[in-house]
Amino acid sequence: MNQPIFQMSPKVSDEIRQTTCYMCACRCGINVHLKDGKVSYIEGNRDHPINKGVLCAKGASGIMQVTAPSRLKAPLRRVGPRGSGAFEEISWEEALSTAVSWMKPLRETAPEKLAFFTGRDQSQSLTGWWAQNFGTPNYAAHGGFCSVNMAAGGIYTIGGAFWEFGQPDWERTKLFVMFGVAEDHDSNPIKIGIGKLKARGARIISVNPIRTGYSAVADDWIGITPGTDGLLILSLIHCLLEAGKVDLEYLAQWTNASLLINEAEGAEKGLFVRNAESQPFVIDKTSGHPAPWDGKGVQPDLGAEWQGNRTVFRHMVEEYLKPDYAPEAVAGRCGVTATRIRQLAAELAEVAFNQAITLDQPWTDFRGNAHANMPGRPVSFHAMRGISAHSNGFQTARALHLLQIILGSLETPGGYRLKPPYPKPIEAHPTPHFVTTPGKPLTGPHLGYVRSPDDLALLADGSPARIDKAFSWENPFSAHGLMHMLIPNAHAGDPYRIDTLFLYMANMSWNSSMNSAAVMEMLTDKGVDGEYVIPRIIYSDAYASEMVAYADLILPDTTYLERHDCISLLDRPISEPDAAGDAIRWPVIEPDRDVRCFQSVLLDLGARLGLPGMVNEDGTAKFKDYADYIVNHQRRPGVGPLMGFRGDGTGEGRGAPNPDQMARYIENGAFYQAHVPEEGSFYKPWNKAYQDWAVKIGLYETPQPYLFNIWSEPMRRFQLAAEGFGPRQPPDHLRARLKQAMHPLPIWYAPFGDEDAAFGYTVHALTQRPMDMYHSWGSQNAWLRQIKGRNSLYLPTKIWQAQGFEDGDWARVSSRAGVIVVPVAHMAALNENTVWTWNAIGKRKGTWGLDAEAPEATTGFLLNHLISELLPDKGVRLSNSDPVTGQAAWFDQRVRVERVSAEDHRRGLSEPTFDKLPDPPRAGGGRGVK
Amino acid sequence: MHPAPSVILFSTLSGLGFGFLAFLGWGALAPSGWAAFFLWGLGYGLAVAGLMASTFHLGNPKNALKAFTQWRTSWLSREAWASVATLMILAPMALSDWLGLGLPRIIGQVGGALALVTVLTTAMIYTQIKAVPRWHQPLTPVMFLSFAVAGGASLSGQVWAPVALLVVGVVLVALWRVGDQAFAKAGQTLGTATGLDRLGTPTVFEPAHTAQNYLLREMIHVVGRKHAQKLRLIALVLAAGLPALILILPLGWPGIALAGVLHLAGALAARWLFFAEAEPVVGLFYGMRG
Amino acid sequence: MTALPQATAKKLGLVIDLDTCVGCQACVTACKGWNDQGQGLSDQDAYGANPSGTFLNRVHSYQVAVPDAPAQIVTFPRSCLHCENAPCVTVCPTGASYKRAEDGIVLVNPDSCIGCGLCAWACPYGARELDADQGVMKKCTLCVDRIENEHLPEEDREPACVRTCPTNARHFGDFADPESKVSRLVAERGGYDLMPDMGTKPTNKYLAPRKKGPGEASPLAPLLDIKAKGIAGWLDKMLGKI
Ligand SMILES: Nc1nc2c(c(=O)[nH]1)N[C@H]1C(S)=C(S)[C@@H](COP(=O)(O)OP(=O)(O)OC[C@H]3O[C@@H](n4cnc5c(=O)[nH]c(N)nc54)[C@H](O)[C@@H]3O)O[C@H]1N2
Ligand SMILES: Nc1nc2c(c(=O)[nH]1)N[C@H]1C(S)=C(S)[C@@H](COP(=O)(O)OP(=O)(O)OC[C@H]3O[C@@H](n4cnc5c(=O)[nH]c(N)nc54)[C@H](O)[C@@H]3O)O[C@H]1N2
Ligand code: SF4
Ligand code: SF4
Ligand code: SF4
Ligand code: SF4
Ligand code: SF4
Ligand SMILES: [Mo]
Repeated sequence: MNQPIFQMSPKVSDEIRQTTCYMCACRCGINVHLKDGKVSYIEGNRDHPINKGVLCAKGASGIMQVTAPSRLKAPLRRVGPRGSGAFEEISWEEALSTAVSWMKPLRETAPEKLAFFTGRDQSQSLTGWWAQNFGTPNYAAHGGFCSVNMAAGGIYTIGGAFWEFGQPDWERTKLFVMFGVAEDHDSNPIKIGIGKLKARGARIISVNPIRTGYSAVADDWIGITPGTDGLLILSLIHCLLEAGKVDLEYLAQWTNASLLINEAEGAEKGLFVRNAESQPFVIDKTSGHPAPWDGKGVQPDLGAEWQGNRTVFRHMVEEYLKPDYAPEAVAGRCGVTATRIRQLAAELAEVAFNQAITLDQPWTDFRGNAHANMPGRPVSFHAMRGISAHSNGFQTARALHLLQIILGSLETPGGYRLKPPYPKPIEAHPTPHFVTTPGKPLTGPHLGYVRSPDDLALLADGSPARIDKAFSWENPFSAHGLMHMLIPNAHAGDPYRIDTLFLYMANMSWNSSMNSAAVMEMLTDKGVDGEYVIPRIIYSDAYASEMVAYADLILPDTTYLERHDCISLLDRPISEPDAAGDAIRWPVIEPDRDVRCFQSVLLDLGARLGLPGMVNEDGTAKFKDYADYIVNHQRRPGVGPLMGFRGDGTGEGRGAPNPDQMARYIENGAFYQAHVPEEGSFYKPWNKAYQDWAVKIGLYETPQPYLFNIWSEPMRRFQLAAEGFGPRQPPDHLRARLKQAMHPLPIWYAPFGDEDAAFGYTVHALTQRPMDMYHSWGSQNAWLRQIKGRNSLYLPTKIWQAQGFEDGDWARVSSRAGVIVVPVAHMAALNENTVWTWNAIGKRKGTWGLDAEAPEATTGFLLNHLISELLPDKGVRLSNSDPVTGQAAWFDQRVRVERVSAEDHRRGLSEPTFDKLPDPPRAGGGRGVK
Repeated sequence: MHPAPSVILFSTLSGLGFGFLAFLGWGALAPSGWAAFFLWGLGYGLAVAGLMASTFHLGNPKNALKAFTQWRTSWLSREAWASVATLMILAPMALSDWLGLGLPRIIGQVGGALALVTVLTTAMIYTQIKAVPRWHQPLTPVMFLSFAVAGGASLSGQVWAPVALLVVGVVLVALWRVGDQAFAKAGQTLGTATGLDRLGTPTVFEPAHTAQNYLLREMIHVVGRKHAQKLRLIALVLAAGLPALILILPLGWPGIALAGVLHLAGALAARWLFFAEAEPVVGLFYGMRG
Repeated sequence: MTALPQATAKKLGLVIDLDTCVGCQACVTACKGWNDQGQGLSDQDAYGANPSGTFLNRVHSYQVAVPDAPAQIVTFPRSCLHCENAPCVTVCPTGASYKRAEDGIVLVNPDSCIGCGLCAWACPYGARELDADQGVMKKCTLCVDRIENEHLPEEDREPACVRTCPTNARHFGDFADPESKVSRLVAERGGYDLMPDMGTKPTNKYLAPRKKGPGEASPLAPLLDIKAKGIAGWLDKMLGKI
């Protein structure tokens, strides 16, 4: 018999529309195939700078996201008690007028009583601007519970950061070291990068208590004890210094290592010695005299001592050469042998100094000095929440940047490269704005970078001005706010009560809160007057999440293929080291339900409230919808949300609004890139060609060269305040911790969670992101949930054997905050004092359009119930966060693990359990459901 | 392997049916008139019921006729041909016995031989599968054939039937003994399945998918050891011991009927085990044998 | 067409690099997405308590106990290996299962398949899943409807799983051509067969994880004895060098 004839060239689809993926913050370009007007297939856009054609498991199953039966279908008003999940459908007109009737009186009397917090928001430049114009100081997005330690630690040190603010020079790096990265925001770029290194046979080392994913493919794994990376890194610095393996030229030229520190006792101690023009200065090696730090031809003397004041370099060397940092001294604490630490230091030095590379690219620095080429040190690093989600994460992030600096690998070929709009010095960032005036906008953006206690967001009586206590003495550098403290603080009335909580895409009654069960109670708690303690809650979600039941008014959003969006340079763009980039989403399909793009709704609300910038002079709405805003809004003259095709269509970065802009983006694959000139591609903070280009495309108005901050003056200013200097003084109970945490050189202190060990909670408990799930919302995807529909707690061999665990066993896991009973499994490739599980697999019964008996809701579980949002009560409410930035210290968690027998606990049902939530009205159906 | 009732019924009923038909064809009983009608009817009934049962295992039975096409390579296809050929060739013999047409016995002898060939083809469907080491051994066809012969001999009241039944018992025990070693002998482990034996000793870390799939349902079925031992005993007693004993007693056709029913029950138990204990090497990927 | 071709002109297949695969599952859903719109891959109880579905590619994750070193985790994608000596083909009674003479791709013709499941039993690698809705056998087609598809741009004429793999751990090509990328990878990195003793002669090859462990740089020698000479001595020695 003959072989059947096979149709090798079937028609793929009727049409391809290019837009941007949304299932994580990576924002890959996608080709959406349509057949008969319906989405038929989604693949990566090969021309897209972020993903170059590839897609992750979530992106490739986007079709299941836009057809999920859990999609909300119309605005909802709560009819039963809050938390009961009883809703009625209402019209948009009713929804919007209700919202306005709640918000308008607040704006006119006490704008701070509206708290507007947004979760994994990709439109923060709009939402922040809206809140600013509303006039409430209470605005932030998810950064505070996410990774603000990385952002702030980086910006205060190098004017850029890990997170997705930069990336290794994948083409040239020879050694790549990762600290605490499971998946990252830059999901696909990191995977593509790892693939490139593997193809070249370059070496990858992962420092991580858990050996999965990237750590599993790494050539070497260091299973560190959680919370001790800072110590390990400082020990590496110790070894490198001891051996003299530091890049002195780099330190002298590009960092503040040569600045002089004032050593006179008093209010100036530890600040830079300044000249008559208030400028810090260096000592020129050739003349031995003070010289401007940015003077042409100046040879800064790293070892200078001038009038009794020594350089940053000398302070640094003295600190890190202390025997406290010797590998032998830190080994036990870090769970890494001294030999391994020395080996790692040797590897770093070997690649940085013996395998250095040079790029044949002449360039000129900001001082006017010409350089014939670009020397590079092909060692690169990346780090994420593994170091940031600890109460010592800010200092750890700084320590890691210091390591990069002494190796001379930052912004050099083969090292770590920043992506526009970074590098950007602290001075180019705003300070926080928070002063409210009824009926008026704030005078500037909420979130910013504090330089000294003067910038704190405090009221006249010294109490925090913001509901989340951001920019207060408790966490002065909280550049992203503290979303995890919003509900607890609002409930406690600490620092004050609010009226309306306005939330957008954050599942706060579940996976994005610490102590989720308690948060549910806070949301439903009533005062003696019988009214809810948090009187009103407005929420926008696209799906039937756990949070929906806790809102009074639901504004249902579109899905990512049904709306306009803007991934803007004003916010978190999709740049690459060699190009600034931004992107859009546009409705490649029309919604089939009564839902609206949240950003359009926000602009509509703004217009109804008469917010400045959102209304015309005659009071009519200025913008028809979000798309109209994206094209026509100008933040500064000529600078708007999108940089491409401005003015007559040729404007890049600057130019008048172009009515044709959206169409041009669509034509261009939904993104735009402005390329950094070749000469400006490395040494960016000091590179004249880069700086001039950045000004040209509107990243800033004048060149902003700066030095990396090994010594942080803003931090020292807080230490001084804690020591009693200055007019603005911290409360006494915070002095000691400020003195420790605000050390101007990177240091390590034990994470606060370690205190729990004294109470028998000795085991570290972590979560990791599964690569194939996005927080809580992957489970509604019928393909993804077949891959990971339940989770186990992984136990290391030591615990597994000590308690005689067997396959199929369960354990009771307790902490200071609570108890969970969960299935366990054995993992040998794990730090011996650490347990972990996948994040956010557990779901509440009755949510996400899933059957109440779905495994996600029966055996699936959250670790969040064990994590307290507060530090142990010492008479004051202190959040479980980094004392510098307010970063939620998720990974400080300590627990106790005990085996439970089958008689003790029925298998198949994790604890705690919660009542089933009734299904809110939702789209239903679902692809493949008959 | 998942012990699907359809497959168990198929192989036991058709085995017994074709076994009995073989004896009828060879003229071991040479019935006539209505007795012939009922006895041939029983043989045909068992064989056809078995074949019908097999179609319940098909995901897409509407294409069933296509199963005849690949006789050059596929034992299942050969089985289709053999069974149909047997049933067709024996039909005139059956008619002849019933209606006294006096057709030559040679037809029945050829048909009878074909009936056993049919059983062999059935057996080969399983035997050929290298991926199921327990099946992939000479005792598998021996077992199928011994069941057919002993079943046929019993139903046709051969005096040596008790001996044949005891042979079934011996073959079963041998099959199990060899079968229990077969997986280990095949030498496949998670290490060879993944090639990770190059690094060390692999075990499953987390499941590839937490949801069900065809493979887990169809191929991975774990029988408890104790449970299996009990069933083996039951199978031995019912399929071989008891019927042999009953046939030795002078009970006439009710004895044969009783022995036949017990034997069939035993055969079902043995066949359940045949499938349930079969461990495809695929299970290795899931950290399971079985 | 149950008989296997004597030889195939091309031997198309995949190389899967276990040193690079991070277990992201992208290839799993990309495969599901492409083939779902092509041939249909159904799900049962998709949003229910006991979901189940047909996938042509699955990614496992194993823990490997390694002598004298910490345990390793290896993620392991598994799909049809397009065996030269494919037992799934020869057992098929209907001819639905066949190996293409031109390129060696093993396919199921749904118009002939009776869903007897025998091929799945015969495949040692679990590469076949019977679709519960359609009742016919499904397996990796090596994206035969992509690799020469005239409706796709040239560069996209490769399997969906290969195109999507973010780490580039999957490579597609012709093993009959010793100069092809896949042949060279196999030669360079010692590509191997799964369960070679099964006699299936798989076309797809796997590349083992490279050896792991600390690097070989020799330990750093201290610049001088800091305890004896003090920080000042260190500074002199260090800065004197520039
Ligand atoms: N234990 C533990 N907890 C953690 C973490 C951890 O590591 N461990 N990580 C923390 C971190 S870093 C983060 S960022 C948070 C994330 O936690 P959340 O911010 O709560 O994130 P998600 O679960 O992604 O989704 C929030 C909500 O957005 C909704 N949504 C999805 N798409 C849309 C849309 O298009 N429009 C609208 N309006 N809504 C939409 C979803 O339905 C969901 O209800 O979790 C934190 N919680
Ligand atoms: N697929 C997918 N991608 C995502 C998300 C998602 O939900 N799913 N979420 C996005 C979001 S909001 C975020 S914030 C990013 C986060 O991206 P990651 O930072 O990669 O997030 P986590 O999974 O929390 O990983 C933290 C890692 O740190 C390790 N770790 C924990 N404590 C320590 C420690 O003390 N030291 C060291 N060295 N390591 C430690 C953990 O083992 C884990 O591997 O991912 C983003 N991307
Ligand atoms: S990494 Fe995945 S989910 Fe995130 S944007 Fe890219 S394709 Fe989408
Ligand atoms: S897409 Fe690539 S890296 Fe991801 S699981 Fe598949 S083969 Fe591995
Ligand atoms: S892997 Fe399995 S299905 Fe694929 S050709 Fe080989 S035996 Fe057949
Ligand atoms: S299931 Fe289909 S392809 Fe497989 S052997 Fe049976 S008929 Fe052939
Ligand atoms: S080649 Fe095609 S069919 Fe095969 S696993 Fe890859 S995507 Fe799936
Ligand atoms: Mo996050």
